[in-house]
Amino acid sequence: MIQGLLTVSAVILSLSILLALYRVAKGPSMPDRVLALDMIGINLISLVAVVSLIQETTAYLEVFLLLGILAFIGTVALSKFIEKGVVIERRRD
Amino acid sequence: MFTALHLAIIAPFIAAVFVPLLYKKIPSIHTGWFVLFVPAILFIYFLQHIPTTSQEGAVTAAFPWVPSLGINFRAYVDGLGLLFALLITGIGALVVLYSIYYLSKKRESLHTFYTFLLMFMGAMLGVVLSDNMIVLYLFWEITSVSSFLLISYWYEREKSLYGALKSMLITVLGGFSMLVGFVLLYSITGTFSIQETIASSSEIVSHDLFLPAMLTILLGAFTKSAQFPFHIWLPDAMEAPTPVSAYLHSATMVKAGIYLVARLTPVFAVSGEWLWLVAGFGITTLFWGSFSAVRQTDLKGILAYSTVSQLGMILSMLGVGAAAFHFQEIDNNLFVGATTAALFHLFNHATFKGSLFMMVGIVDHETGTRDIRNLGGLMTIMPITFTIAAIGSFSMAGLPPFNGFLSKELFFTSMVNITEFQQFNMETFGILFPVVAWIASVFTFIYSMILVFKTFAGPLQKEKLDTKPHEAPFGMLLAPIVLVSLVIVIGFFPNVLSYTIIAPAMASILPSLLQEGQQFEVDIYFWHDWNTELFMTMGVVAAGILLYLGMKKWKGVYKLFPEKLSFNNLYDQTLNKGEVLSQKVMASHMNGFIRNYLVYIFAFVAAALLITMFYKGAFVIDTSGMAPITIYESVLVVVLVASVGVMMFTTSRLTLIIGLGVAGYTVALFFVIFRAPDLALTQLIIETVSVALFLLCFYHLPQIAKNLEPLRFKAGNFIISAAVGITVTLIGISAGSSRMFESISGFFKEYSYKEAGGRNMVNVILVDFRGFDTMLEILVLGIAAAGIFTMIRLRLAGRDEL
Repeated sequence: MIQGLLTVSAVILSLSILLALYRVAKGPSMPDRVLALDMIGINLISLVAVVSLIQETTAYLEVFLLLGILAFIGTVALSKFIEKGVVIERRRD
Repeated sequence: MFTALHLAIIAPFIAAVFVPLLYKKIPSIHTGWFVLFVPAILFIYFLQHIPTTSQEGAVTAAFPWVPSLGINFRAYVDGLGLLFALLITGIGALVVLYSIYYLSKKRESLHTFYTFLLMFMGAMLGVVLSDNMIVLYLFWEITSVSSFLLISYWYEREKSLYGALKSMLITVLGGFSMLVGFVLLYSITGTFSIQETIASSSEIVSHDLFLPAMLTILLGAFTKSAQFPFHIWLPDAMEAPTPVSAYLHSATMVKAGIYLVARLTPVFAVSGEWLWLVAGFGITTLFWGSFSAVRQTDLKGILAYSTVSQLGMILSMLGVGAAAFHFQEIDNNLFVGATTAALFHLFNHATFKGSLFMMVGIVDHETGTRDIRNLGGLMTIMPITFTIAAIGSFSMAGLPPFNGFLSKELFFTSMVNITEFQQFNMETFGILFPVVAWIASVFTFIYSMILVFKTFAGPLQKEKLDTKPHEAPFGMLLAPIVLVSLVIVIGFFPNVLSYTIIAPAMASILPSLLQEGQQFEVDIYFWHDWNTELFMTMGVVAAGILLYLGMKKWKGVYKLFPEKLSFNNLYDQTLNKGEVLSQKVMASHMNGFIRNYLVYIFAFVAAALLITMFYKGAFVIDTSGMAPITIYESVLVVVLVASVGVMMFTTSRLTLIIGLGVAGYTVALFFVIFRAPDLALTQLIIETVSVALFLLCFYHLPQIAKNLEPLRFKAGNFIISAAVGITVTLIGISAGSSRMFESISGFFKEYSYKEAGGRNMVNVILVDFRGFDTMLEILVLGIAAAGIFTMIRLRLAGRDEL
């Protein structure tokens, strides 16, 4: 029963990643793509969590923590890039 | 053991080291005086070997060099080696004496000259006195190199460099070929020793590699001895200083090939190919050299072609002498005489040609020109030089009472005798030999006359000469006078040489014919009775005089051979066309575009792997060991393919980078579902950092537009990328299907806690079982970081300076 539910949720999450991917591909604007990427990151966290439940292991706890950080950093970096054209600003001297 | 003999061979090299020192420290005395001691002492030293070689046979002394490879510096002095050693040191001493007066102390850099000359002398001694083929080859190449250096002695002249390059290319080509021949001989006999090879000659003849070995060695001998058609380097080598021409290009180096042929005669001469090749090339060279000599207008040019022709003559006699091997003993063996004649003429040629070169050097030195069109009437001004020229030339033409007459008679005898040889088609085509020999002798007579009479007779053309001609200083005349007196002495008393030098040398060339305690009968005398040879010589003189007097009428013959068809032109064109062609070939594929090189690399990889798989039948599919495919993997594969597809068809660079990130994260997910948490963690971080780096590049590269050109379909690229993909996939499938043995992962599973005390197997492998790899990967990262840092900082620094 639980296994079945987990499988269903994994499939749903996968579909959601696919949909987000469509947005990444299609655009039309850059922020659309960045947001889609962020969404993929969040969905990945859930997916990894579900997978670790399916595989009955705690080995992936670090993975979804890390994914959370990375998705955040990535989105911030991309946003900054879109806005200013640079990710890391150089000190003016 | 290192003996006095070894010391004698390398003494010139040792002396060469001190020459520059003497030149710098004692500038008041001409360096040549010091150098003169070396060949003089060596000559006396080698003279002492005459009793030994003529009575007891050879002197041997081995010095191990690379014993594990069978390479020993084994010095071997027998009759043949001694004949050459005496020529090298004797004429070497005379040439050094001559060069002291020829080369100015003030203008020339004498230390380089004498260093090169001594190098050459030592190398030449090494060639003729080495029994080991590899050592012989070593010295052989040193003669090529030192000859190259000596020809280009006046290196600011373009012609000197051209001549030096030409002689280098041709002789080194032959040298390499000879090395191949030696290695082939080694593979037959298992020894590099020439004497041991001769001892096993009967086994060599029947071996498959006999003919290749013979041909490659003969190519070496022919190029070195300027045989047709490799003679073209010798006339161009005349740009060297005259002492060099006299020494290298008449008496010694060009005879190295003759030496090689004579030395290996006992190995190869039983075959008919040897007889025909050596005698045939010799006689062709004889004719072509003498024929070409007549058209030359430069004195040294005449002498160069004359040397070519005389070398051909010696070689043809050596070739004909090979017929002697088909008889068991020396009694009634007609063909032994040819070898006698070859050795006798070898010696004679060195004497008269050396003196003639020195004579030409004197004429050049005292009048400022070597062109016979500008010369004439020097007979009364330079009487001694004229006497030298006359004796040398008449000897070369084969007139009595000089030594050339004797050797020419012997030459005709051997050429007439060979027609009676009953093997190898000699009885039918053999008649060509005396006929060609006779015609060539007529031309020899003509150019010998040109040499004397165009230079010394006729009117003096003062206005064409740069300087006022006068007789040379006595010191300069000394060396040629010694040589021409030898010409006369040997002419009158030829048997001085018979049993001291020629008979022992024959014993080394024809060893199998001698019984125990036997000796070759060498008896050379003027009067043979009224026989064919004498009439041939009379015919030569008669026809030669007629043709010389009527030369203007038939000189047009030479116009029949246009410059374009000459061998020189062939050589030049080969070099030029070769250069152009290789440039074209290089330019056609090395065009500087990385995409082209990638095409080559990928196409090669795909082709090599596919062809190997096809021929080896390596493709296997075995589904038995495969795991079932789950829904998660299928979905992830779809995501991965989709992201790759997006990357291929997008026109926005940002989309490209994001697509790459998606692919990377998908791979991380694969790691998750294939239960590799450490990999998944690392992959996620690395992917993020890479995407950030790509964005950085995107921003910092100014030439790259924000949007890409839409990807156009290129069939070639498509085929290659498809081929690479298919190849790798097939190999993956094949490798997965053909597992040969159990993997070692069981060990890690069992022992990672027991032995290393860690439960994380991946990390235990990384830092414990295989910590070495990790260390070096840390190093890689360190290098990359340092490299990036350096590149950024250095680039900025450079920009500041600009």
